[in-house]
Amino acid sequence: MSQEAILGAIRRGLGRGGLTEDRLAVPRARLAAPPRGPVPARGDLPRAAQVALFLRAAEREFASTVRVPALSAVPGAIAAWLAAGGLGTELVVAPHPELAGLAWGEAGLSARFGPACAADRVSVQHAFAGVAETGTLVLPSGPERPATLNLLPETEIVVLPASRVVGAYETVWDWLRVERGRGEGLTALHDDGGGFMPRALMLVSGVSRSADIEQTLELGAHGPRRLHVILVDDDPAACAAA
Amino acid sequence: MKLTSRDFKTNARQALGDAGLQRALGRSATHFQARVAQARENLPEFEALREAARVIRDHTIAHMDAYLETYAAAVERSGGIVHWCKNAAEARDTVLSICRAAGARMVTKGKSMASEEIGLNEHLEAHGIEPVETDLGEYVLQLRREPPSHIIAPAFHLNREDWEASFRAAHTDLPADRVFQERREILAEARTRLRERFLAADVGITGANFLVAETGSSVIVTNEGNGDLTQTLPRVHIVLAGIDKIVPTLEDTTTLLRLLARSATGQEMSVYTSFATGPRRAADTDGPAEYHVVLLDNGRSALIGTPFQDMLRCIRCSACMNHCPVYGAIGGHAYGWVYPGPMGAVLTPALAGLAETADLPNATTFCGRCAAVCPVKIPLPDLMRHWRKRQFERRLTPSVTRSALGLWGWFARRPASWRLASRAAMRVLGWAGRRGGHFSALPLAGGWTAGRDMPAPEGETFFTRYEREQRVAARRRA
Repeated sequence: MSQEAILGAIRRGLGRGGLTEDRLAVPRARLAAPPRGPVPARGDLPRAAQVALFLRAAEREFASTVRVPALSAVPGAIAAWLAAGGLGTELVVAPHPELAGLAWGEAGLSARFGPACAADRVSVQHAFAGVAETGTLVLPSGPERPATLNLLPETEIVVLPASRVVGAYETVWDWLRVERGRGEGLTALHDDGGGFMPRALMLVSGVSRSADIEQTLELGAHGPRRLHVILVDDDPAACAAA
Repeated sequence: MKLTSRDFKTNARQALGDAGLQRALGRSATHFQARVAQARENLPEFEALREAARVIRDHTIAHMDAYLETYAAAVERSGGIVHWCKNAAEARDTVLSICRAAGARMVTKGKSMASEEIGLNEHLEAHGIEPVETDLGEYVLQLRREPPSHIIAPAFHLNREDWEASFRAAHTDLPADRVFQERREILAEARTRLRERFLAADVGITGANFLVAETGSSVIVTNEGNGDLTQTLPRVHIVLAGIDKIVPTLEDTTTLLRLLARSATGQEMSVYTSFATGPRRAADTDGPAEYHVVLLDNGRSALIGTPFQDMLRCIRCSACMNHCPVYGAIGGHAYGWVYPGPMGAVLTPALAGLAETADLPNATTFCGRCAAVCPVKIPLPDLMRHWRKRQFERRLTPSVTRSALGLWGWFARRPASWRLASRAAMRVLGWAGRRGGHFSALPLAGGWTAGRDMPAPEGETFFTRYEREQRVAARRRA
C-alpha cells in the first residue's frame, strides 16, 4: 500500500518507528488547543475604528461600500446602488433568515432565493463575518449561503452586520468552532461529517483580478467584476465615530 | 513535464539573446520587488511571522506522519476520499481513473505545479480526456503548448503581442480582424471563453496551497476566482497536492497566509482564499458531489532527515525567484523543469535526480537575497552549496573544475605554500598591470574577462600588508 510506504519513508527520515501514544501527545495537544501565531496589532482597535478600518481596507481592494442603519434599509440601498450603475432589478439572493424576510418587492426589486446559475447578473450574499485586518469577507457555504453566489454573477452584493466585524482571522476560527459546534480534537464529529467547517469557506478580499498579462493589474477575471458591501449598523458601539 | 535541465547552459545562452524575453524580464523584476518591499514595510509583525512560520513548518515536518493521518481521517469523516500516491505515475493513473469513473470528457483545472510535475495534462489527453487550464496565464500557455516559466505568474515571459497572436490563432470563431485596444479586452475574451468551460466540465482539478490536518480542508489561493469556480461547479472535485502542504491547524494556516501573498505579489491577501472540506453536504444546494484528494509524495519524504529537509518548508510564494539576479537574467524556461529560480535549483535535483540537473545549483551568484526574502527562512544558498558538494563527491563536476578545486584545496591546506604562491602571483600581476591598472584579458579566465575588466593588484597580498602594518603599530606602541 502506498500509504504505508509513504508514512514508512517519513518515519525512516525522522529516525523513528510508528505512532505511539507518546509520539501523538504533542500533535494532539496542538490540535486540541491551537496556539495563535503573531496577530497583527492593526486590527486591535475600538469597535468604531475597527469597522472603519474594515471599510477602508475593502475599498482599497476595489470594493464599494455603504452603511445602512438597519436591516430593513438593505433593499432600498441595493435598489439605489443598482439604479445608479444601470445594473437592473433582478437579484438572486442567499436564503438566509436575515435576508429572506426583507421587503424586496417594495423596493422595486425582483428577488429569487437559492444558488446562482449562469444567467444571474447580480447576487446578494450574507456574510458570516468581516475581518478588519485586510478588509476580508468571510463567506461559508450552506443552504442559507450558497457558494455559487460568490462566483458566478458579475456583481456581488454582500450584507455584513457591523456586529460581525472582527480585528483578525483568529476570531473567525473561534466563532466557527463555537457557533458550528466543536468536536473533540482528533475525533471531531458533526451532523454532516465536516465538523465545524462548512463545505466551502471563502475569504474574499476585493474584486476578481489578474496581473498575468505583462504583470499589469486588470479587474474582473473569472469572479465578480463588482463587489458592493452593505454594512448594517446593528452595533451601537461601532457607530460612535461614524 | 519533460526534463531539459541537462541543457541548462545552452538554454541560458539562448535566453540571454531572446529580445522578447529580455523585454518581459526587464519589465517584471522591479515590479514584484517594490511591491513585496512595501507589503513588508506595512506590516510591523512581518519578521515575527517569518520566525513563527519557520517554527510551524519544522514542527509539522517533525510530526508529519501524525498530521497526515489526522488530515486523512478528517477528509474521510467529511465524506471525501484520500488517495496516497508514491510517485508521478501512481498519481496520474489515480486522477485518470477518477475521471473515467465520473464519465468525464472534459475537465477544468485550477493552477497546480504538482500537476505540471506529474505531467497530468499529457496523460489525460492521451486517454481521450480534454484538460482545460483556467488560470489566465496557464490558459494562454496551453494554447501555445508551452510550459510555465514562473510558479505564480506562469506567462511571465510573454509580451502583449504574444497573447493577441495566441488568442487569434485559437479562437477562430471570432472575427480575425478584431482589435485588442486594451489588456482588458484580452481578459474579457478569456473570461467568456472559459465561462463556457467552467459550466460544462465534468471534473474540476485544483492544487492546494495548504492541507489543514485539524479540519481536513484543502486551501487554494487565487486572484482570478478560477480555482474557486473549478472546485464549485463540476460534479467531481479532485485536489492534487504534495504531502509537504500539510499544516496542523487553522491558526497555523493563518500565519502562513499572512506571509504568502505579501511575499508573492505584495498583496496583503489574495482576492480569494478558499477552504474546501469534503463534498456537498446533505442540505447544500451547490458544490461537488464527490471530493477526492490525491496526496503526492514523488520524492518529498526522501528529503526528511537529509540536509535538504528545510526545503519542505517552502510555501511556493516565488519571492526567491523574483529577487534572483540569475532568474532575472534568463527567466524560468532555462531551468528546464517545473520549478525555476533558487527554490528550483534546490528542489529539482532532489525530485528529478542530480545527474540530470547538475548545473542548476551552480546557477547562482550566492548573493543571498533569496534566503533574505524567504518567508519561511529556507537557507537556499547553503542548500545549493550542499548539492555542489554532492556533485563533487559523485564526480559529476567537470574535470577542469575538479582539478582546479584540487589545486586550490592543496594550497588551502598548506598556509605557508599558499602565502608564498599568492605573494609571487600578486607580484607578477602587479608588475604586469602597472601601466593600465586593469586587465582586459587573462590566461584561463577568458570567460570572466569577456564581460568585465580585472583590476590589477597592487603587487602585495593582504597578508603581507597586514603583517607590515601590525609591525609598525607595535613599534609605535613600544
